[in-house]
Amino acid sequence: MRKSRLGKVAAMAAIAALALTSCGGSDSEADGDKIRIGIKFDQPGLGFKDGDNYTGFDVDVAKYVANELGYAEDKVEFVSAPSANRETMLQNNQVDMIFATYSITDERNKVIDFAGPYFVAGQDLLVASDSDINGPEALNGKNLCSVTGSTSAKKVKDNYAEGTNLQELPGYAECVTQMSGGTIDAVTTDDIILAGLAAQPAYKGKFKVVGKPFSEEKYGVGLPDGTDKCKAINEAITKMIDSGDWQKALDKNTEGTGYKPNSKTNPPKLADTCA
Amino acid sequence: MSASILFDTPGPKARRRILMINIVGAIIALGVVAWIFFGLAGKGQMKPEQWDDFVQASTWKNYLLPGLVNTLKAAILGIIGSVIFGLVFGVGRLSQNKLINGFCTVIVEFFRAVPVLLMIVFFNVFFARSLELPGDTALWAVVAALVFYNGSVVAELVRSGVHNLPKGQREAGIAIGLTRGMSLRHIEIPQALVAMLPALIGQFVVILKDSALGYIISFNELLFFARTYSSPNGNVLQALIVTAVIFILINFTLSKIAEMVSKRLSSRVKKSKDAPAELVGAPAGALAAGSVDSAEKDPNNPGV
Amino acid sequence: MENYLSIFTEYNIPGAFWVNIQLTFWAAIGALVLGTVLALLRISPVASFRAIGSSYVNLVRNTPLTIIILFAVLALYGQLGFTLGGDFQANFFRLSVLGLAVYHAAFVCEAIRSGVNTVPLGQAEAARAIGLGFMPAARLIILPQAFRGAIVPLGNTLIALIKNSTVAAVGSVATESSSVMKSMIEFRADIVIPIFLTFAIGFVIIVIPVGLVTTWLSKKLAVAR
Repeated sequence: MRKSRLGKVAAMAAIAALALTSCGGSDSEADGDKIRIGIKFDQPGLGFKDGDNYTGFDVDVAKYVANELGYAEDKVEFVSAPSANRETMLQNNQVDMIFATYSITDERNKVIDFAGPYFVAGQDLLVASDSDINGPEALNGKNLCSVTGSTSAKKVKDNYAEGTNLQELPGYAECVTQMSGGTIDAVTTDDIILAGLAAQPAYKGKFKVVGKPFSEEKYGVGLPDGTDKCKAINEAITKMIDSGDWQKALDKNTEGTGYKPNSKTNPPKLADTCA
Repeated sequence: MSASILFDTPGPKARRRILMINIVGAIIALGVVAWIFFGLAGKGQMKPEQWDDFVQASTWKNYLLPGLVNTLKAAILGIIGSVIFGLVFGVGRLSQNKLINGFCTVIVEFFRAVPVLLMIVFFNVFFARSLELPGDTALWAVVAALVFYNGSVVAELVRSGVHNLPKGQREAGIAIGLTRGMSLRHIEIPQALVAMLPALIGQFVVILKDSALGYIISFNELLFFARTYSSPNGNVLQALIVTAVIFILINFTLSKIAEMVSKRLSSRVKKSKDAPAELVGAPAGALAAGSVDSAEKDPNNPGV
Repeated sequence: MENYLSIFTEYNIPGAFWVNIQLTFWAAIGALVLGTVLALLRISPVASFRAIGSSYVNLVRNTPLTIIILFAVLALYGQLGFTLGGDFQANFFRLSVLGLAVYHAAFVCEAIRSGVNTVPLGQAEAARAIGLGFMPAARLIILPQAFRGAIVPLGNTLIALIKNSTVAAVGSVATESSSVMKSMIEFRADIVIPIFLTFAIGFVIIVIPVGLVTTWLSKKLAVAR
């Protein structure tokens, strides 16, 4: 009988689909003695997946903190945490903490907890090394690149230089590529992200961060609401700063760009940030 | 020269002229290729170090292959989902129940009209905020968008496939005592599925190409990895070309398979009407058109 | 409800659709011209022309549109400095139009070729019998009938083009609807679904009439045989 041929096809398809999804799902399965840390995978200098290696300042701080919490390096599992998904990943318990250029804001603090900050970034400009652009006011008539849907480029246009030409691309990597081709005069976002971009091997010595941050973004450690880890994490960060490892990690990841973080706010002071 | 009867079999004089034009054409083609090549070289895009990244094992192991795996994962899930969706809604549109029929028609027409990119962007945010899905949210967003759009196209293929069967098939089914639904399940849909196979494979090309849209929501697919890789190495142009070549090779193979299946089927199923002789060979894109329904359904689907 | 309505004052939604329509309009013209030339190449008596036409179609049709537009903006403009004039934003718009036209031309070419197939053999034979060469026969006899026979696939290509104009988002056209929707749903988390439905229905409203007109035209212009 060919009665159930259609049914069979559907069943087979369903099984195949299940098999595929289960191997996709296993990546983020909680594993008792491991800690899952959300980082960016595509942010060179901060959180970057290079084959099986993870590099960047966020990654170094995350590893240090995890180590202080009792998780050796082989017990750390890095998970990709794109900006749009960060709160949900914490709320759904898909990660234990997030180090992903995650600014502490009141809005976010309502649904999740923050430890830190472990770094205070500020919006700045990345320009060619021989450029005479020295601040956002100098951008009139220049071409400025930022990521689609980000507010940072609009901020420049609204507050500093109305005559700026904006190009919006899917990622900062594309912006830097455009600037290396000479069609873009400046890229804007948080200074440390810019420094990380400029530190990439192909661009060494070609770009500089202007060094006049015009906003303040406190990078915190994202934690699930009501966590008990906040204090321990803050202690770990303080220890990292005091021991000089924090500075070392920062220098290593921005090497060759001459980048100096805003010294008024960095290294950050962690006074009772845990609620 | 027999491919077309739009022109006479050329005589000696015309042959000489065609030869001349042929040489001119070939020179133009080569000229364009050379112009692109030297243009790129002039802009410093043909340096060996920008290209040899792509013949190194580590580039493939760490970037291109993981990306390709994700692309294929999304495409395969998309294909399976679309076929299931298409069968359910295609059969729904054949239902005599006005309510079911109406509902399926609205769903299919709606999702055929909404851009896939719009759905990907929406599902990405919607899934991230409202649903708890295992694994990568971006993957699910891409798969969901692919299933809703391509599933609707497949539903139309199912429907037109059944419509194009000779009426006698259903009549015979009913005559031997099958209900309308049984005749659909046992007689009509299996035949329609076979007839629509080439168009279905053609649709897989669309699914594979559309999966590259996931790049916009940072889904870690081939294009995404290619540009993450190339950005620190300063060879974006080269990475885009290599990625395009990978897509072309896979899709070209799929198209060839569809063409083969189509040929095999057309020799198996004799057409009921006299097929008109064709002025030119069947358009490669419309490969399946002949066997299913060339007028109504156009498998030469640009998708993305 | 008020909350929902505020998105219309906060964002220029009709303006976003207008950008997509403009992208579609210019790209459609470009694709039609280029596609017709390609179709002519593919049915011509000269082997090298046919090879050029078919390589173009096979290469372009199998490449994701995302890569083509990204290539136009990142490689053509960003690396090679190729511009299409206009001010800064207009250049991206034009590069995106170029990418859309290049991609859809392959489908237009195939649509016209399928239209050529609807022209009966006798037409070509008659054209040859009265002494017309390839170009006059194509121009006077074959193509006019082929276009009329290709209206449905051409219409489908146009519908695809309308929807694909959203991919201009990767080409730095930040004012078109998918980019606008993207920033809207990121900032208005409370009404994600109404925002999506607004844009989706907008496309349904644009696409369905095009489908209906296509069907009507294909019947009206069908060559009576």
